[in-house]
Amino acid sequence: MSIVADTSILARREGTSGRLSDFFWRNPKILLLLMLTPPLLWLGIIYLGSLFALLLQSFFSIDDFSGLINYEFTLATYRQLLIPSNFDIILRTVLMAALVTLASAAIAFPIAYYAARYAKGKWKVVFYLGVMLPLWSSYLVKVYAWKLILAKEGIVTWFFAKLHLSWLLDAWLSLPVVGGSSLSISYTGTFIVFIYVWMPFMILPIQAALERVPGNLIEASADLGGHPAQTFRHVLFPLALPGIIAGSIFTFSLTLGDYIIPQIIGSSRLFIGQAVYAQQGTAGNIPLAAAFSVVPIVIMGLYLWMAKRQGAFDAL
Amino acid sequence: MTAVLFQQVSRHFGAVRAVDSVDLAIAEGEFFAMLGPSGSGKTTCLRLMAGFEQPTSGHIEIFGETAEGVPPYRRNVNTVFQDYALFPHLSILENVAYGLMVKGVGKAERLKAAEEALAMVKLPGYGARRPGQLSGGQRQRVALARALVNRPRVLLLDEPLGALDLKLREQMQEELKSLQKSLGITFVFVTHDQGEALSMADRIAVFSDGRIQQLGTPEEVYKRPKTRFVADFVGSSNVLPPDFVRTLGFGDSYASLRPEAITLGDGPGRKNFAGRVVATSFLGAANRVTVEAAGARVAAMTPASTAPPALGETVTLSFLPQDLHPMDGAR
Amino acid sequence: MRSDRNTSAPLGLKIAAGLGLAFLHLPILLIFLYAFTTEEKSYQFPPPGYTLKWFAVTWNRPDVWEAMGLSVRVASISTAVALVLGTLCAAAVSRTKFFGRETISLLVILPIALPGIITGIALRSAFSFAEIPFSFWTIVLGHATFCVVVVYNNAVARFRRVSGSLIEASMDLGADSFQTFRYVILPNIGTALLAGGMLAFALSFDEVIVTTFTAGQQSTLPIWMLEELVRPRQRPVTNVVAMVVVLVTFLPILGAYYLTRDGDQVAGAGK
Repeated sequence: MSIVADTSILARREGTSGRLSDFFWRNPKILLLLMLTPPLLWLGIIYLGSLFALLLQSFFSIDDFSGLINYEFTLATYRQLLIPSNFDIILRTVLMAALVTLASAAIAFPIAYYAARYAKGKWKVVFYLGVMLPLWSSYLVKVYAWKLILAKEGIVTWFFAKLHLSWLLDAWLSLPVVGGSSLSISYTGTFIVFIYVWMPFMILPIQAALERVPGNLIEASADLGGHPAQTFRHVLFPLALPGIIAGSIFTFSLTLGDYIIPQIIGSSRLFIGQAVYAQQGTAGNIPLAAAFSVVPIVIMGLYLWMAKRQGAFDAL
Repeated sequence: MTAVLFQQVSRHFGAVRAVDSVDLAIAEGEFFAMLGPSGSGKTTCLRLMAGFEQPTSGHIEIFGETAEGVPPYRRNVNTVFQDYALFPHLSILENVAYGLMVKGVGKAERLKAAEEALAMVKLPGYGARRPGQLSGGQRQRVALARALVNRPRVLLLDEPLGALDLKLREQMQEELKSLQKSLGITFVFVTHDQGEALSMADRIAVFSDGRIQQLGTPEEVYKRPKTRFVADFVGSSNVLPPDFVRTLGFGDSYASLRPEAITLGDGPGRKNFAGRVVATSFLGAANRVTVEAAGARVAAMTPASTAPPALGETVTLSFLPQDLHPMDGAR
Repeated sequence: MRSDRNTSAPLGLKIAAGLGLAFLHLPILLIFLYAFTTEEKSYQFPPPGYTLKWFAVTWNRPDVWEAMGLSVRVASISTAVALVLGTLCAAAVSRTKFFGRETISLLVILPIALPGIITGIALRSAFSFAEIPFSFWTIVLGHATFCVVVVYNNAVARFRRVSGSLIEASMDLGADSFQTFRYVILPNIGTALLAGGMLAFALSFDEVIVTTFTAGQQSTLPIWMLEELVRPRQRPVTNVVAMVVVLVTFLPILGAYYLTRDGDQVAGAGK
């Protein structure tokens, strides 16, 4: 055969690519470094750099008279967070995020459970895409859809009227705090839309956690005389918990930082995201905006730390 | 000529000495087996030859040329991988022609060579299929063709028959051997199956703990194991403890004695000892009789045509002195 | 949790799961209905009549086309950048074990793990700090940063499936590093990269929170929509645009699913 060499060591391919290839083969660390440098430069400098700059600004303060930033280290801006009007914003946001997370888990669980345990073949695909499509479709369109739905002249009002239940809706809207002149300008509306937009992020982690549970475990519990409720409480729920916590990282974090949903559907009272937006925009108080945005970072840091201790990251 | 030469080659992974000061010379045209349990260093040795690993210290030559520091793609050595590693995105023909393609051989020529190689491994006309459409045995042949089409000077086989069932394995053993004879290429193959090594190889290196315990022809390794490890790992030799060996008058070390070399009763020129029968089993062609003698358990093979002695009976056993092989040290 | 027995689900569970899925899908279907409404001033339900007129009106609106064009350009370039960075990162992380691998994964995921507003305001203050004027490129900078993770997740999952012995086999047969990349690695991770790229495109095309902080005067399609949401000008046009956006984002998601369906899942939890 003429097409192959007789020597035991072949010559390297001609040109720079052959030489480079040999070089990288001998120095794999240099290749690794070359591969990592662009993404690390991008994320390290652009992203972490920006975050760090933001963090830094929260330790500056704003001069009340001139409106200029006073570049001196101070904790005064953080103290401002504690004044009642600002602290209310933080409490309101955290409470909303917690409620949204709980409600999302409650709605997501049956879907995830069905998909994990009963859906097979074609139905598995239907469930998967049935979750993925809403999850990935446009955030604004989803919010917009709810503006249509919750509007005074929209489908919800129509639906209640058809069932002759308008009095119920009106009664709900006349309640303090959760009510308002229409659903689209009430906390109830904000809550519903938050659930709608972030709940899909809860389904997949729960499903993943449940899929790791052997089916016979549930049968074993039933076999041992476990009432369905007992089986849920003592077997299913503890096993799904890492998935729920993993999912809650998304629902909690995303609700915490959102400023568009409460702006479009909700009362005029602010959430953290809106406060950040307002402070950096119209108010021009970048240090306070920065301090506000440190709040979700700290809360999420604590949250992630607790989630990690619960072993939730395995379910991600 | 020496095909592969190892001089004091070591490969350490942190504190683990996967290969520890190995000296080895594989002759051109030889069918060479590296035998050992997993973690014994045999696969690392193969990877050192292929170039996937570099020695921590020592020197490797392939046909007289220095190999350390040479990337795998510049070694005229090819490997048949344990999992075959066929490219799933290429057809069988493209898989086989891959090596020639990257070396710049023209399309018509390399496809023709690939067809020939497929015919050689008895898979003519399978070129258009995908690896996923073949059975394990067929994939194994494709992997073989893909390596051989490059006419390597050394062919490395990593547990090539491990994934095949028994019948296919025996058939492939014969085919590999005749292929090697007709091509005249040096084959180096790694296995943990002693039967495979004994039946196929011209010479065997038995590995344990990163070292070669014994290197020799199948007959030497089988009949005269040098260490207790080899005696245990290769076949079913009796390992006699020093006390017992001393009573037989053969010095003061461990010794091996194959069951086939022991007969019931005594004869001229034979050494004998007495033992009490503790177990017998029928193996088809022979009976295995296990006796307890001077605190040691010794197995003997007796012809199936004669009835085995009863359990608990005390019998006389004998062997020819040249069949007893003293072994190194106390290992 | 797979039961070998063909048990069927309790009725209550069926209803709960069905209602949950309906809750997820009905609002989107409603968007399709409203695109055809004749009502201009309000969100009246049921629509008093149906018309195709607003499709023509929308077609002739230059501002919609402009916003759409900007979004497509931003998404294309951000996706390209994310593909390069995400693939490099995934290759490095999955090929070699080195100190700090976990940190790199965390770094890649951080831009979407933290609320978008933080990424947005951080970038904005960094731009003003460095006196970079807002432009097309500042939008791309922000988008590429959070798109990297989508490509990364998809690529890492696939790299894990391409067994190391394929690369060794290629090198063993005489292919150097570049040939191995070209003939073995790329064809095997190609569909995962395509899927990752599609999802990155969808993510960028839809992004509004970070964009409001990095866009200056330009408006991408989501920014255009946001303005319409806050201060509605011509509601029926918004209805039509909303429907088109839903359709446009469905395509890459279905495509990505199709490309990765055997084996790794579309890294959806990473949005």
